[in-house]
Amino acid sequence: MQREVTASKALCPASEAELAEAIASAEGPLRILGGGTRAYGRPVEGRPLTTAALTGITLYEPGALTLVVRAGTPLADVEAALAEHGQRLPFEPMDMRGLLGTEGAPTIGGVAAANVSGPRRVQVGACRDYMLGVRLIDGRGEIIKSGGRVMKNVTGYDLVKLMAGSHGTLGVLTEISFKVLPEPEARAVLLVEGLDDATAQRAMTAALNSPFEVSGAAHAPRGVDGAPVTMIRIEGFAGSVRYRTERLKEILSRFGEVAVETDPERTAAGWRWVRDVEAFHDRPGDVWRLSLKPSEAPEVAARAEPEGALYDWGGGRLWLLMPEGTDLRARLGPFSGHATLIRASEPTRRAIASFPPQPAPVAALEAGIRRQFDPRGILNPGLMG
Amino acid sequence: MEMPRPDPRRLEAKARIVARLREVVSREDAVIDEEHETRAYECDALTAYRCPPMAVVLPSSTEEVSAVLKICHEEGVPVVPRGSGTSLAGGALPVADGIILGVSRLNRVLEIDTDNRFIRVESGRTNLSVTGAVEEEGFFYAPDPSSQLACAIAGNIAMNSGGAHCLKYGVTTNNLMGVKMVLMDGTIVELGGPYLDAGGLDLLGLVCGSEGQLGVVTEAVLRILPKPEGARPILMGFDSNEVAGACVSDIIRAGILPVAIEFMDRPCIEATEAFAHAGYPDCEALLIVEVEGSDAEIDEQLNLIKQIARRHNPVALREAKDADEAARIWAGRKAAFGAMGQINDYMCLDGTIPVSELPFVLRRIGEMSKEFGLEVGNVFHAGDGNMHPLILYDANKPGDLERAEAFGAEILKLCVEVGGCLTGEHGVGVEKRDLMGVQFSRADLEAQMRLKDVFDPAWLLNPGKVFPLDVTEARRAA
Ligand SMILES: Cc1cc2nc3c(=O)[nH]c(=O)nc-3n(C[C@H](O)[C@H](O)[C@H](O)COP(=O)(O)OP(=O)(O)OC[C@H]3O[C@@H](n4cnc5c(N)ncnc54)[C@H](O)[C@@H]3O)c2cc1C
Repeated sequence: MQREVTASKALCPASEAELAEAIASAEGPLRILGGGTRAYGRPVEGRPLTTAALTGITLYEPGALTLVVRAGTPLADVEAALAEHGQRLPFEPMDMRGLLGTEGAPTIGGVAAANVSGPRRVQVGACRDYMLGVRLIDGRGEIIKSGGRVMKNVTGYDLVKLMAGSHGTLGVLTEISFKVLPEPEARAVLLVEGLDDATAQRAMTAALNSPFEVSGAAHAPRGVDGAPVTMIRIEGFAGSVRYRTERLKEILSRFGEVAVETDPERTAAGWRWVRDVEAFHDRPGDVWRLSLKPSEAPEVAARAEPEGALYDWGGGRLWLLMPEGTDLRARLGPFSGHATLIRASEPTRRAIASFPPQPAPVAALEAGIRRQFDPRGILNPGLMG
Repeated sequence: MEMPRPDPRRLEAKARIVARLREVVSREDAVIDEEHETRAYECDALTAYRCPPMAVVLPSSTEEVSAVLKICHEEGVPVVPRGSGTSLAGGALPVADGIILGVSRLNRVLEIDTDNRFIRVESGRTNLSVTGAVEEEGFFYAPDPSSQLACAIAGNIAMNSGGAHCLKYGVTTNNLMGVKMVLMDGTIVELGGPYLDAGGLDLLGLVCGSEGQLGVVTEAVLRILPKPEGARPILMGFDSNEVAGACVSDIIRAGILPVAIEFMDRPCIEATEAFAHAGYPDCEALLIVEVEGSDAEIDEQLNLIKQIARRHNPVALREAKDADEAARIWAGRKAAFGAMGQINDYMCLDGTIPVSELPFVLRRIGEMSKEFGLEVGNVFHAGDGNMHPLILYDANKPGDLERAEAFGAEILKLCVEVGGCLTGEHGVGVEKRDLMGVQFSRADLEAQMRLKDVFDPAWLLNPGKVFPLDVTEARRAA
């Protein structure tokens, strides 16, 4: 039977069937929670419904690079199970607790529902690109599956992509299959200090446009020690990493003096710093995340007049720290991409759309899809605007 | 195979509809309605099914596509979008009371931006010519279906096509950044663009693979990648399918990410040898594994692969030392379909299975081959479990096609049973439409159809495909 967490009156179904029943019989809006660590978007009023009791890895075949896992499983458990076989989630999901000041354990369902990817996305693709299949309960309380657990599958419409990044507004994920990849044998990070943003962006492009398989390209106008630092990462077999390090050094030395870091702990810490946007953790202000044409990033960043900036994905992702309550979209005007408000006070998140507003015909399609999947409007209503 | 019954009222209105369509296109020859000419469009590469359309329209711009769709929407005329007509699933099969809307004249390159690693093209452009447009600058477009010389980006997007390189680089959906698309009522929308990830719902991800049922794609923004320094294959022969399968799994686990792992079984090897004389070893199963990088990097990976292979007692192990040897290793694989075609007519399936089930599924297919009395050869992308069983039959022998279809259906059911799916890259089309119930529950299908309801409430776009006819009947009639 359904366990009720009395304090918050949260619904905590222990099986897919119970979850379906909970949604079918819901009398009002529901606030869908995994670990509750990715609290952004328009604040939602509603009875909490958590996937916390839907846990466990249901299938893991390291030789087939596939993992099937229930949505409420803590991300840490998933990563530990993969690490035992020298594998990982290739898309490097960000831990948002530090940035948002949230507590709890991030779940794999939350990662999927928010399509969370980190620095490696620039090379290998996003969370959605590694999702092979989903099971979900829609707003009618129906159990629906799409995709499967095989790597190539074009049977029927791709609801897997639609669910990735839908933030629990179309359905509640109960189980997800992922493609995973092996951990590399070796890694190296090339560092160039002191570059201005525009030069740094060009340096990242030079690296990314080489055949040397860059798996991370970031630039911090203020690095850990306060000086600008540009970071290029490569991973793979040891001999290959050594070779590519040398070749990339030649390319990057046009821009400045190149240092190389190969220590596993230090390189991991450096990319965690980028992935989790640690530079903004203890600084007040709103945090915006932009997806844009990489070459336009320096100019867009300048126009924003931010209090802090961090370039990832070679400039294709831009994190900006803005004074509280700034309507960044109004300040920037049109640019080739979009901006999402990730951290702000509740009043700001009610006043400014967190997710980028869509042109009318696209907004109409989105609204139509929501009506089909959640006709009563009870799943995280309004969260995505 | 059943198709929706043509509406006699629509056929009677043909003259008026054709006249209206002529008014909105710039080129004289953009509307084809003479029967001897529409015949050229009566089928795609699934040639067993044919049906000339009422008319064919070949617009020259997105605006013309929009105007054409507006008219069809008003007149209630079904529309079947078409790229190059190479679908193996009957995805571009016309309907008698509808039009074919072909994008073959939309074939321009609109923008090449190597700094931001994308190209923007019109959707009728062929797959290979996209790579052709960026090759000189050292880039390529990764998804490479074997039909890449002919097939259009439009069809690739509609089918979410794959190719030999997709083990490393992903399929179309992983390399598609944006589309311009026209909805059935003529509305032009843009989804995505020259940047990564959706801001709202991932409609781009939904449109890719929707088989021309949600909108007509006229432009695409595609991710391009810097070309690797080099690539070389290694060929390995084994005593049994089981051992070859185990070797594939060990290679993958070792952390090597080959661009391709191709698998051929004995019937296929023998047919290929007789036809292409590639010098393949006499064995039960053969693997071709290709890796990329600099010479030294390739050597490093191939050495590792050889070490792994030796643990499985290969009967042959042949590494390409130069481009010539590489070409010879690939020659047989590339000729495999043609070689099977020399023996007889064939039907090509494309179910996917979990890699771990390879030996079992190959054994079962062998047993079924005896039961049905039809030969079958297997050549496929082993790294990702995407099978391509080729069932041989004689089109001139009464009953043979039906027997081959029944055999094919059994194989696809087996794929689903072991945890796989009906189609890995060719799409459902009309071919696998009636098997959808094997993989999906009614609620699963209902969820998909509700999405079509949003994009195309009157169900005019590519009707009669993807979903079983009885399941869609009420919607199509409404
Ligand atoms: C010899 C051969 C080898 C092949 N090898 C492969 C392979 O390796 N991998 C693979 O994945 N496939 C392969 N195929 C299948 C086929 O080539 C692909 O499905 C291809 O993407 C179809 O492209 P097309 O332009 O020919 O599309 P068409 O056949 O014209 O149409 C395919 C589908 O796309 C829809 N469509 C077309 N244009 C549009 C548009 N503008 N907007 C919306 N929908 C549209 C159609 O309605 C139809 O449903 C092969 C086919 C052949 C004949």
